[in-house]
Amino acid sequence: MGAGRLGAPMERHGRASATSTSSAGEQAAGGPEGRRREPLRRRASSASVPAVGASAEGARRDRLGSYSGPTAVTRQRVESLKKKRPQLLLAFISFSFLFPLQLPMSKSFFPWFGLDIGGTLVKLVYFEPKDITAEEEEEEVESLRSIRKYLTSNVAYGSTGIRDVHLELKDLTLCGRKGNLHFIRFPTHDMPAFIQMGRDKNFSSLHTVFCATGGGAYKFEQDFLTIGDLQLCKLDELDCLIKGILYIDSVGFNGRSQCYYFENPADSEKCQKLPFDLKNPYPLLLVNIGSGVSILAVYSKDNYKRVTGTSLGGGTFFGLCCLLTGCTTFEEALEMASRGDSTKVDKLVRDIYGGDYERFGLPGWAVASSFGNMMSKEKREAVSKEDLARATLITITNNIGSIARMCALNENINQVVFVGNFLRINTIAMRLLAYALDYWSKGQLKALFSEHEGYFGAVGALLELLKIP
Amino acid sequence: MAECGASGSGSSGDSLDKSITLPPDEIFRNLENAKRFAIDIGGSLTKLAYYSTVQHKVAKVRSFDHSGKDTERDHEPPYEISVQEEITARLHFIKFENTYIEACLDFIKDHLVNTETKVIQATGGGAYKFKDLIEEKLRLKVDKEDVMTCLIKGCNFVLKNIPHEAFVYQKDADPEFRFQTNHPHIFPYLLVNIGSGVSIVKVETEDRFEWVGGSSIGGGTFWGLGALLTKTKKFDELLHLASRGQHSNVDMLVRDVYGGAHQTLGLSGNLIASSFGKSATADQEFSKEDMAKSLLHMISNDIGQLACLHARLHSLDRVYFGGFFIRGHPVTMRTITYSINFFSKGEVQALFLRHEGYLGAIGAFLKGAEQDIKSKVDAGGLAFCFPDPNQYSWGENYAGSSGLMSTSPELGPAQRARSGTFDLLEMDRLERPLVNLPLLLDPPSYVPDTVDLTDDALARKYWLTCFEEALDGVVKRAVASQPDSVDAAERAEKFRQKYWNKLQTLRQQPFAYGTLTVRSLLDTREHCLNEFNFPDPYSKVKQRENGVALRCFPGVVRSLDALGWEERQLALVKGLLAGNVFDWGAKAVSDVLESDPHFGFEEAKRKLQERPWLVDSYSKWLQRLKGPPHKCALIFADNSGIDIILGVFPFVRELLLRGTEVILACNSGPALNDVTHSESLIVAERIAGMDTVVHSALQEERLLLVQTGSSSPCLDLSRLDKGLAALVRERGADLVVIEGMGRAVHTNYHAALRCESLKLAVVKNAWLAERLGGRLFSVIFKYEVPAE
Repeated sequence: MGAGRLGAPMERHGRASATSTSSAGEQAAGGPEGRRREPLRRRASSASVPAVGASAEGARRDRLGSYSGPTAVTRQRVESLKKKRPQLLLAFISFSFLFPLQLPMSKSFFPWFGLDIGGTLVKLVYFEPKDITAEEEEEEVESLRSIRKYLTSNVAYGSTGIRDVHLELKDLTLCGRKGNLHFIRFPTHDMPAFIQMGRDKNFSSLHTVFCATGGGAYKFEQDFLTIGDLQLCKLDELDCLIKGILYIDSVGFNGRSQCYYFENPADSEKCQKLPFDLKNPYPLLLVNIGSGVSILAVYSKDNYKRVTGTSLGGGTFFGLCCLLTGCTTFEEALEMASRGDSTKVDKLVRDIYGGDYERFGLPGWAVASSFGNMMSKEKREAVSKEDLARATLITITNNIGSIARMCALNENINQVVFVGNFLRINTIAMRLLAYALDYWSKGQLKALFSEHEGYFGAVGALLELLKIP
Repeated sequence: MAECGASGSGSSGDSLDKSITLPPDEIFRNLENAKRFAIDIGGSLTKLAYYSTVQHKVAKVRSFDHSGKDTERDHEPPYEISVQEEITARLHFIKFENTYIEACLDFIKDHLVNTETKVIQATGGGAYKFKDLIEEKLRLKVDKEDVMTCLIKGCNFVLKNIPHEAFVYQKDADPEFRFQTNHPHIFPYLLVNIGSGVSIVKVETEDRFEWVGGSSIGGGTFWGLGALLTKTKKFDELLHLASRGQHSNVDMLVRDVYGGAHQTLGLSGNLIASSFGKSATADQEFSKEDMAKSLLHMISNDIGQLACLHARLHSLDRVYFGGFFIRGHPVTMRTITYSINFFSKGEVQALFLRHEGYLGAIGAFLKGAEQDIKSKVDAGGLAFCFPDPNQYSWGENYAGSSGLMSTSPELGPAQRARSGTFDLLEMDRLERPLVNLPLLLDPPSYVPDTVDLTDDALARKYWLTCFEEALDGVVKRAVASQPDSVDAAERAEKFRQKYWNKLQTLRQQPFAYGTLTVRSLLDTREHCLNEFNFPDPYSKVKQRENGVALRCFPGVVRSLDALGWEERQLALVKGLLAGNVFDWGAKAVSDVLESDPHFGFEEAKRKLQERPWLVDSYSKWLQRLKGPPHKCALIFADNSGIDIILGVFPFVRELLLRGTEVILACNSGPALNDVTHSESLIVAERIAGMDTVVHSALQEERLLLVQTGSSSPCLDLSRLDKGLAALVRERGADLVVIEGMGRAVHTNYHAALRCESLKLAVVKNAWLAERLGGRLFSVIFKYEVPAE
């Protein structure tokens, strides 16, 4: 999730520079067009990410020549492994020797994982190969088999891990292999348990590369190494996000459209969720709502920039709900919100002006002051927890819509795709975003959504692992 | 998604306080002549505005009717002085807590005498709530005005009329307030009003503004959500809680997401990734302070971000913030400023207003005045018409205004409320509209004052002490100037108290009236003197000195004419400088003049520093004089007496002889012993009687005497009489001469003009001389030619 990339400031720290950080990323920038506003969109860390578009052939050549892995990224990784973990390197080299000329080379990398460690949630995508030959099955090491069985035969892992079965992408061809893509999430605070499990299941013996993105890729890097005996390949989360979203949109959703929008979002009776064909994706404003919010302007598959971000995101909604209502899960918070009435909590334009405020063309139903009624003691005593949850949801959602709209205006972009786990099972927020964007832009802006809302970063990480051109 | 006014319902204490006794001398001044009222009732504060007239004593000078020059005897004064009553217009603004509203309305009713007013303009969220009370108490019809329209009218008015109205706020800086010089073009700008919601308005002209956006996350959200989270009911207390909290306990920061790696990534770990992100847990308690702080950051950042997005969309770099969320609260000014800097990367400036709280009341008042004019016009004539305040220039009366509240952090909300019970602002209508000198090189960057005393603590300390020490002398002079008045001593004592208190306030809060400068200290003293009817304490001194100097004029001119050309040029300059020694405002001089009545022009010349002077571009000036004459010179004169008569006039005469036209600009009203416009007219007339050059120049309008529009011992070239500016343009002035310490050193020393300029002064203050690297009576002669 975008949490780590947001930059909402805290005043104590001098001149802020969330987005003006190092331009070292330029070295890694590939593609003939270069990238707009280069320093804006990449950090020094991206230097470790390979230039995009390295071909499979090139990769193979590399690999044959140096036995150091398919691409620069792995080479670098191995370079560093050489220093730290000689025994792993040896294992890796010998493993590579087993299939020096065999295609697809990616076979050697099973299991295929992509990991996105956000501020609140960890998103894990797992590619389950369905075309395993008998020969392969025989060769498959026990631990690999057990991972596959464990992940695919369960829908919940421990008390908090969940596989979003309804999102599973079936019969996908990835890197020459056929299989299913699974989508799994668990809270970031269970990350230590996950790493422990990796240790218990002896992941390190699989000699796989763990591609991870999100702030947690940095935060937990050391734990992966020391506890799980695993070295992460850290990836830029915005790169992953964009790659993931473009890829997933291209493969669709088991024959259905990945992208959708709402018709008549304000009308419960007439509101319809309809597929949207994102055939002209560019330019696109991408609003990723995780714990916080990142907003990106995307001009082509590798030309994008981070426009801004806000700290008022999913984490704010859930955090405030916990404080105000005592709820304990996101689902519970949303469920309460669905039963509440925010107009008891918020002060509307009509509460102040008796109707529309014509001087400024403001409709009476618009919220004038979020939580504005709560200035009054009597009204504080008259609201329910459900009302408060609803108001919190409306406040955060409206604000994101408002910032997104301003960014779209400033960037001159008219399609806005909202993604991120804040939108999971959150029809209220999606419909509100759809309505608010349409209303305040007088029909100029369209709000789009995507079925796999929160998983794009993880998908992008998986793609990096596979180096799909 | 926005709301504009203050919160209507969130009042703190609902019971009205009727027991308050109001000191009428201090608070509702000039009420008996109040002509028009307006009121702005917010969530907790009421702002009342009224227009009234003030009767002032003014010293007028008038020529004697001379049948012939021969009647003039040596000891006869050159003109007569009479004290007359003059009526000037003043706007009064009073801010008090809503709890006092009934007591205040009663007080107004009891003291209102001469009003013809039938209507009171009302704005603000509380206008509706108190409508009946106002109508019942005052028997005036309440006319409700649109909140935003009033706010913007008020904002335009203060930005145009009050120097140093806008400031940037810098936490931990000394001073925390950095005031902006008035921009000649105030439009377009963005006004972000943070009431219970947020309104973002783009103001394009006086009458054109547009709601460009807003947000529902505003002051009401801080207050309402804050009350829910902390069980703290009052806004001020919530702010106080916030100022003590640690938001990192509640917010998810970048370092929480990235671990220690944020450093190697060049990210600031303290950036907030998710507001309230850490509170998403059931098994932890959070402190009220921490939650309030987190909430404050969340809201401030959000508003700052939206403001920046709007500023960018409209290509504006000035954003003014107002509304009850901001109103004088250092905590919110700080977080908003931070947020704007962060999101705009320093490209947008967050500006606050000294009189932000009064905007609504000012606007409502102006709205009423406009309607008045309109109805009078509609009724078929302008026979008696309330003057349109927008047609005039106004000046803040330092004597009657409270200044900014102290922002010392240890001041809790309770103390704040007490100290701010009654806050006052008074604006005097100036006789004539004021504009920029057309010759300023770059009006937006022009700063009149040379030293910023808010910034320069050492200089501040010196000057405050200097003014304190001079106070006795001023009081004495004031009493002596009105020998026939029975209460002069009493009034002078009140003056002393008032000015002394102002000086003490300024010691504590140098930013109270905008940037503190020697000019503002001088002006405040003049305002305080006027307040107690000492319009011109130096009138008698000036009269005597003018008489003495006039008698010397022919001799001085004769001896100058006897000199060769080159010698004469130097003598003229020395004469100007020697004349400038006669400054009663300088203690070093007034001591001499008090003790030695025979100290004269020649003695003064001997006091002067020998060349090379402290600043000496005389050779360059001489070289210039060898070239073609200037087309027209604009001269700002300093003192009455020897200075104007024996220093300035011979210099003027030489310019006239060279074929240069001269505009001689003197103050409109008295200040110290500075020559006033009316004195200059008499002096010129008398000199014309003795000198044919001056005589014919006056006749042929090659010598023009104009007024500056000012009554200050200093000179603000951005606030000059409109007529002067027009004349400067018409005559194509190509030389500006500024004379005296107040005008050429305390102010304008660094002023850049589009034409040649000559700044000259004698430094009559040892401390200042030393600071400039010289000694007492050092000479500044600064001749500047603008770069091509």
